Amino acid sequence: MTDAPLLPLFILLTSLLVSPVLFALPEHAARLRTGINLGMATLKVALVAWLSLKVAQGVVYDLRFEMLPGLEFKLQADPLALLFIALSALLWLITTVYSVGYLERGPHRARFFGFFSLCVAATVGIAMAGNLFTFLIFYELLTLATYPLVIHRGNAESLRAGRIYLIYTLAGGLVLLLGTLALWVLAGTTDFVPGGVLDSVAAERPLAAQLLFVVLIGAVGVKAALVPFHAWLPIAMVAPAPVSALLHAVAVVKAGAFGIMRVVYEVFGIETAQALGMTAPLAALAGVTIIYGSLRAITQDDIKKRLAYSTVSQVSYITLGVALASPIAAVGALAHLIHQGLMKITMFMAAGNLAEGLGVKKVSQMDGVGRVMPGTMLAFTLAALAMIGLPPLAGFVSKWYLAQGGLDAGATWVIALLLGSSLLNALYFLPMLHRAWFRDSAEGAEMPGRPRIGWMLAAPPITTALLVLVAGGFANAPFSPLEWTRFVVAIEYQE
Amino acid sequence: MMTIDPVTLAIFLPLFGAVAAFVAPRAAALIGLGTLALTAAAVGLLARDVIATGAVIVPLGGWGAPLGIELRADGLSVAMLVLSVAVGFLVSLSALDALKGPANARQRQYFWPLWLLLLTGMNGVYLSSDIFNLYVMIEIIALAAVGLTVLTGTRAAVRAGLDYMYASILGALLFLMGVGFIYLQLGRLDFAGLMDAEPTGALFAAVALMLVGLALKTALFPLHFWLPAAHANATAPASALLSGLVVKAALYIVLRLSQYMPFPSESLLTLIGVMGAGAVIWGGIQALRAERLKLLVAWSTVTQIGLIFVAFARAGEAGLTESWKAAALLILAHGVAKAAMFLAVGRIKDEVGHDTIRDLDRAPVRPTLAQFTFALAAISLIGLPPSLGFIGKWSLMEGAMAAGYWHWIAVTMIGTLMSVAYFSRVFAGFLRFDRVRGTVAEHQGWAVADAAPLALAAMAIALGLMAAPILNFIEIGYPFGEAK
Repeated sequence: MTDAPLLPLFILLTSLLVSPVLFALPEHAARLRTGINLGMATLKVALVAWLSLKVAQGVVYDLRFEMLPGLEFKLQADPLALLFIALSALLWLITTVYSVGYLERGPHRARFFGFFSLCVAATVGIAMAGNLFTFLIFYELLTLATYPLVIHRGNAESLRAGRIYLIYTLAGGLVLLLGTLALWVLAGTTDFVPGGVLDSVAAERPLAAQLLFVVLIGAVGVKAALVPFHAWLPIAMVAPAPVSALLHAVAVVKAGAFGIMRVVYEVFGIETAQALGMTAPLAALAGVTIIYGSLRAITQDDIKKRLAYSTVSQVSYITLGVALASPIAAVGALAHLIHQGLMKITMFMAAGNLAEGLGVKKVSQMDGVGRVMPGTMLAFTLAALAMIGLPPLAGFVSKWYLAQGGLDAGATWVIALLLGSSLLNALYFLPMLHRAWFRDSAEGAEMPGRPRIGWMLAAPPITTALLVLVAGGFANAPFSPLEWTRFVVAIEYQE
Repeated sequence: MMTIDPVTLAIFLPLFGAVAAFVAPRAAALIGLGTLALTAAAVGLLARDVIATGAVIVPLGGWGAPLGIELRADGLSVAMLVLSVAVGFLVSLSALDALKGPANARQRQYFWPLWLLLLTGMNGVYLSSDIFNLYVMIEIIALAAVGLTVLTGTRAAVRAGLDYMYASILGALLFLMGVGFIYLQLGRLDFAGLMDAEPTGALFAAVALMLVGLALKTALFPLHFWLPAAHANATAPASALLSGLVVKAALYIVLRLSQYMPFPSESLLTLIGVMGAGAVIWGGIQALRAERLKLLVAWSTVTQIGLIFVAFARAGEAGLTESWKAAALLILAHGVAKAAMFLAVGRIKDEVGHDTIRDLDRAPVRPTLAQFTFALAAISLIGLPPSLGFIGKWSLMEGAMAAGYWHWIAVTMIGTLMSVAYFSRVFAGFLRFDRVRGTVAEHQGWAVADAAPLALAAMAIALGLMAAPILNFIEIGYPFGEAK
């Protein structure tokens, strides 16, 4: 027995219970709202740190109650869950600071922060779900909580984007429901178990198991923006910057990527999935998505759209690492879950600052912005270089392990893929950096003096950029994402 | 000799209340709420007895079946009683607000007696154990329900009420004919007698008549023609009662009778499922086309009833016991969520001044809490987790999948997608802001009147977490047959 068996529940409740309170607060009670937000976000980081310590000591958390005969609502805090929770807790805190600054005088703040909290609660629930049934519950909650955030501006364009978002994600959720049911009927359990629960089913009814794999990966692949289910992501860019940052770094696409991990490692088990012959096609699909996303990113002039296509590409690194079925690649995949989050959130917050401070929303308007907003652009530059994979930044670490894993798995094409992708990353990021730092602002277009954007907007991207540096530079330190990742992979590969 | 026990009280308290409220219209609201509180207490006592001892049987006037009238309460009937009393109480609370003011004096005068009469009929249905008693009770329900439909006195409401009345009378007549044939065949009318009967052609015909009558009353496609107009034109609390509770009475009878019939056969089940599927799809299309919010919600009732019938059919004869449970869960889920939704729509209409979906976003006033309530209710009706609607849908699809009946899964999924599509039309109206001039006053329209619908909607979500105890409770007294 542990000394605080309800700890995972408390972590869930820090954001779940705060949501109705935020809804009920009057619009003008901004200071109280900010206080509650930041207080709970800080509390959550502290609780997660405590939980990590406990889990590293080998304490097992397991909370469950029966919802239907035999079917349980189950929360667990395994190392894989913690990886995701730690990411979301940390970035929630940072994004909250940023959102408060970003929406300072905007409308509907009560609603915004209410759904914002709900969204983080859903992410934590997804992380801690102990079976696919519980995962499904939070997966749908995430859809519902993000929809009002995506359409926050409330104009025709954002409503159209919201509708497309809703169609994609709810259809994905419905397919996930179907897959969960099928798993329940086939295996008699939906529990996440390292090594999977389907080995006997796969032996007796391989076709059914293969079909189930396609259904489940397709369902979570919608949120992970796997081609051909990626179209919603660039469209959802109409959301306010902090929402895009959260969507791309922590919440939605990561929930999808995390779902792919759970399905491959703990529903099927990597060996069963490999035996069914399903990992190779998944790796190929991930490869296609990586290249396709990068190619589309090059031609986008809208900064946020370019970043969105870049996300399509980068998130599939995670899928690729999972599908290569090599423990080394798995380390890269899991580390990238964290690293991509840090890099992408930096870039989105920086893009938000450009739009807020200078009204710059397109790549073609970026001439000379580096001199006007040096802090923001420095953060952006660091993140962009990390994305390209410059050592010793975070993105390099992930790519290094992925490439090694590719060799380990005997898939040499992965090396070519990663090199090609890095080249494409450079092709769409370097021109942005070149414009920002080395070009003078366009003739006639008067650049205003250094805009005052306030520390709440300026500090968050710089903080996350520093984390990108730290995560890469000190990758071998204890409790670094990479170290924790090795711990997780040892469990999933049952070593 | 008449014994006073909770079973009899659950029927006679609302009846006396109805008479009292009619005689003393000034005190009607007070009498109504008091009666509901007392009835709730009786149901609570009954629930305690049922949990302690299993099914409770009360011979009225000391004469047992097959000669006299027997009342019987088991887990399923008590669950339905709790549904009607709990939902009814919250609807009554919001009726206090919705019917206030001198303009509504006439509505107020008739609402309470009619509603209490309705409760009498519904409680009677849930406690009956013979089919003639059922017939009497559904006539009482029809009388009260038609009265509630025309309460506003508008032309549209009166016309809809007239259609409703024709449908109701026809349905009751068919049911009565079925009852008569069964009496001629078997010489007895109690449920137990039906169970022992030899399945003959004539008996089958009688049952078919009764089923058609009930389908008419519960508005199963294609016999749903009267429902949308009737539910859409009634006043909000009346709509909530009609949609949330009244159609459930006829559904309950189908559920109950099918335990005691030597039928249904596989083909009958398939037919029921096909009609349910028709309701899901046709109702969905109509909801997508509806111009008024209340009409959209009314069409959604048609689809949900269809879904419940799909649940009956979902696994054929083999999985029938489990199918009944799935249907029972869906009945409870829809009762709570739809009542919440109609009340929320009533609040929105009161605050905004109209319920034209296309123009909802032009309103400078946004009744935020009512909109939130609507969204919560929609989550349960769409069947998103963790609501009770989700649990019901899960049970439906689980059985269908285990039996390999993929067509019912396809129907359910199509229905779900359609419900997302028609409800998101409404959400777009709530959340769009670029067509309204000036500043939008959010956080306006927070009123005590929002409390009752919000409580109902929260129940619709939270009950999903309690599905296992609910299922255990429903099974007390083996309403779905002895465990095999």
